[in-house]
Amino acid sequence: MSVLDYESVIGLEVHVELKTPQKLFCDCSTTFGAPPNTQVCPVCLAMPGTLPLLNRECVEYAVRAGLALHCDIAPSSRFDRKNYFYPDLPKAYQVTQNFAPICTGGYVDVATENGMRRIRITRIHLEEDAGKLIHHDDHSLVDCNRCGVPLIEIVTEPDIRSSEEAVAFLRKLRAVVRYTDVSDGKMNEGSLRCDVNLSIRKKGETTFGQRVEMKNINSFNFVARAIESEFKRQVAILEEGGTIIQETRRFDEKTGETSALRKKESAADYRYFPDPDIGEVLVNKETIARILASMPRLPDERKAMYKDTYELSDYEAERLTADKDLSDFFEEAVKETSYPKTLVNLILTDLSPLFGEDETEVPLSPISLGALADLLGKDIINSNTGRKVLKVMLEEDQDPVAYVEENNLAQINDPEVLQSIIDATVNSNARAVNDYRRGRTPALRALMGNVMRETQGRANPILAEEMLKATIAKNA
Amino acid sequence: MTITDMTIQELASALRKGDLSSYEITSTFLNNIERLEPSVGAYITVTKDDALSMAEEADMSFREGDDPGLLAGIPMALKDNIATSGIRTTNASRMLENFVPAYDAYVTTCLRKNGAVFLGKANMDEFSMGDSTEASAFHVTHNPYDASRVPGGSSGGSAAAVAAGEAVYALGTDTGGSICQPAAFCGLVGMRPTYGLVSRRGITAYASSFDQAGPITRTVRDNAAVLDAIAVRDPKDGMASRFAPVPDGGYVGATENAFGNPVIGYVEEFSKGLNPSVRGALEHALQFYESTGARVVSLSFPHLEEALAAYYLLTSAEGYSAINRYDGVHYGYRAADAETVDDIYMLSRSDALGLEVKCRVLLGSYLLSKEHYDAYYEKAARIRTLVIQAFNTLFNACDAILAPVTTGPAPLLGTRNSESLNGQYSSDRFTVLAPLAGLPALAFPYGLTQEGLPIGLQLMGPRFSEGRLYMLATAYEDAHERLPRPRLLHELRNGNNHECP
Ligand SMILES: [Zn+2]
Repeated sequence: MSVLDYESVIGLEVHVELKTPQKLFCDCSTTFGAPPNTQVCPVCLAMPGTLPLLNRECVEYAVRAGLALHCDIAPSSRFDRKNYFYPDLPKAYQVTQNFAPICTGGYVDVATENGMRRIRITRIHLEEDAGKLIHHDDHSLVDCNRCGVPLIEIVTEPDIRSSEEAVAFLRKLRAVVRYTDVSDGKMNEGSLRCDVNLSIRKKGETTFGQRVEMKNINSFNFVARAIESEFKRQVAILEEGGTIIQETRRFDEKTGETSALRKKESAADYRYFPDPDIGEVLVNKETIARILASMPRLPDERKAMYKDTYELSDYEAERLTADKDLSDFFEEAVKETSYPKTLVNLILTDLSPLFGEDETEVPLSPISLGALADLLGKDIINSNTGRKVLKVMLEEDQDPVAYVEENNLAQINDPEVLQSIIDATVNSNARAVNDYRRGRTPALRALMGNVMRETQGRANPILAEEMLKATIAKNA
Repeated sequence: MTITDMTIQELASALRKGDLSSYEITSTFLNNIERLEPSVGAYITVTKDDALSMAEEADMSFREGDDPGLLAGIPMALKDNIATSGIRTTNASRMLENFVPAYDAYVTTCLRKNGAVFLGKANMDEFSMGDSTEASAFHVTHNPYDASRVPGGSSGGSAAAVAAGEAVYALGTDTGGSICQPAAFCGLVGMRPTYGLVSRRGITAYASSFDQAGPITRTVRDNAAVLDAIAVRDPKDGMASRFAPVPDGGYVGATENAFGNPVIGYVEEFSKGLNPSVRGALEHALQFYESTGARVVSLSFPHLEEALAAYYLLTSAEGYSAINRYDGVHYGYRAADAETVDDIYMLSRSDALGLEVKCRVLLGSYLLSKEHYDAYYEKAARIRTLVIQAFNTLFNACDAILAPVTTGPAPLLGTRNSESLNGQYSSDRFTVLAPLAGLPALAFPYGLTQEGLPIGLQLMGPRFSEGRLYMLATAYEDAHERLPRPRLLHELRNGNNHECP
């Protein structure tokens, strides 16, 4: 038996911080990065007698996310207390929705190597974030700015089979929360965090293995690595005849391996019970209708449209729509060109190395990139020149049409002009011409190189090569 | 008449006529506090300077023709679980011995707006967990009618202060009888309002689905006047009722409503195990109401024992969760020798929480655990629903229920804890019912036993029937002599003359 005989069974729990300006139960600001303990009040510090007051905006954000993920919205849900002691939790309980979450059911469709896969969502619930501990040598400090910041936790069914699918799911989920403006979805600021539940089984089996949980992973890359390393660890244990114990493990970003947390932390009993300070959360049909009416076009909708209108592949359309900014950019740029395919290539091949994991800022105006696609599509410049122009545009946003004109970069498509250069090349390189005639095809590349040199790289390469071959054949 | 014998209405009228100043009234009560506190122990903190400056402010507004309302210039006491900005709010716990909130409870704000004068913070059972005020971390409070007896609890300091003439009135809070029971033991009127009528914001939570603040006063009209001031909807208490119907003319107005021909319910199960003096009180009061034109109907309450159990389970569960925030990390007491986080939790809580609190925290923790949740919490929640339904049925048959508050008069100090847990808790069986169902209950004094100990009765009604309960109790009060003041006060009066000019 080997690794190839096993498969992972993965479920994700994704925490997404809502973008509401105020916390879930008090008026404090949720802005990221403020000095420690400056966004706090007696309520989120859990002073005696303070009461939570549910911020309805957070409820609507959760509903918006739920609708965008095809969930059922509970007409009545409620909050529960999850009781445990930790210094970043001033109330000694987290307010969450354990028994009756606001959204249930739902799914996300993702494009993977093996085609489209549907990952089912079990539930989405609203809850509050905890604070942050800052550890020093002999003491720790508590920053309560995040205490009470609203989160939704999205729990999937164990439908994911690989790290690739997990990452594809996360990308899609992030796209949805960004499109709907529910969250920033920034993993580096912790506004999107992921717990991974993973078990393994032999391929073809339908039962589940013992599940291991990995908590709080905060980048796509780490999620992928954690899954791969944990999968190998579990396979190794089973191969040696061992058994996997249900536990919580931590992924170490430096070593790329997972290690067990103390048993105590994984065997907690949170003593959930309904929070008596917070009433039922009611969401009526009118609210749902209003939120649906204000729903922006979502990635899947855009994707279908791109595939239809611009004849893009699943992969291309998914990449373009994975980020709302990028998709918006594409939609602006595509208006400026008659060559959408060329535009997509520019974005996905030439620009994508510039995109960060959380940020997709295109340092160009969509109008310019559209114009560049047109220059390429109309054969006014060749692809080499195109790359050069793009490089200049990235340094300083320039109108590519004017730039090409000013610098005389337009492709030479005129057969007469090309013919005189080709004739000169053929005449002055008799040896290479002969080599080619004797079947040494690489000689043609040298001759083409000469043509390009003579034209400062502006010769239409396809036309020039055709004419070169014809000239050699004619002169034979 | 002495100042300390005057009602809110009488004091208010003297203030407006200029016969008395708030400063004089307040000074009189502060003097009483100084003399009586050693033998009563009603207060944890006396805010003498604050009280005098609030009194001066009230006098100033009267001089300037401003009239903030009936309570203006009248000195009172707040139970020490009600947050007072700048005044320490200890909850009678070592844990919060030095805790000074930066905020007022909503009821505190209401009273300030009405020009009330704060004499100080009243003793209580630690975190309101107890029924005799003996669970205060600081000192016991003596019943002014008999210093060897408890004042009741958990609002025992509030009741003792009013009974002893150390405050005109007081606010208490109720979770399962903490207003009505001490009011009864101290010969006073105590209102536990409908859940959701009075804001809980700024009042330390014990069991959030039960807690309500309410007035403890010497007369029914005084009580109604205080409820008028604090029954103001708080948009920031998420459980406050948006539909609380306050009667026209307020609760004071309701005390003057016509008696008519109300139907008063009498629950047969309630008469079991009563001390003869309480049984007699109940019978006489029923006869009185019948003779006044009421119809008395005999009813049955099916779930008495289960209700008591459900009450203790639910309040312990909620209390466990509410108390856990006092963990030594963010504020309050922290054990000096704690080295790790776990030490901070364990040592601070072991040191600074009292036995009664620990018992309830342990009980709550046990019954909420995964293995026991269904058998205890879930079942108790179902019983609560049954109790609410049972009351609905009863109130289809009557307008109000007349019931005992306790099985007997105030017990001796030090005897509560030696009783079995069961015995201690079962004496609460009449006072937990209204809170369990979220209903109002009004305790009013019936009279004194042969030993001179007060006996109280209570009226329970449907949600938001406070006005009706006040009207019924006023009818009783108007037809009977007011209880004599405690002996303590007579002795004091012999030596000191505080006659009204
Ligand atoms: Zn806050």
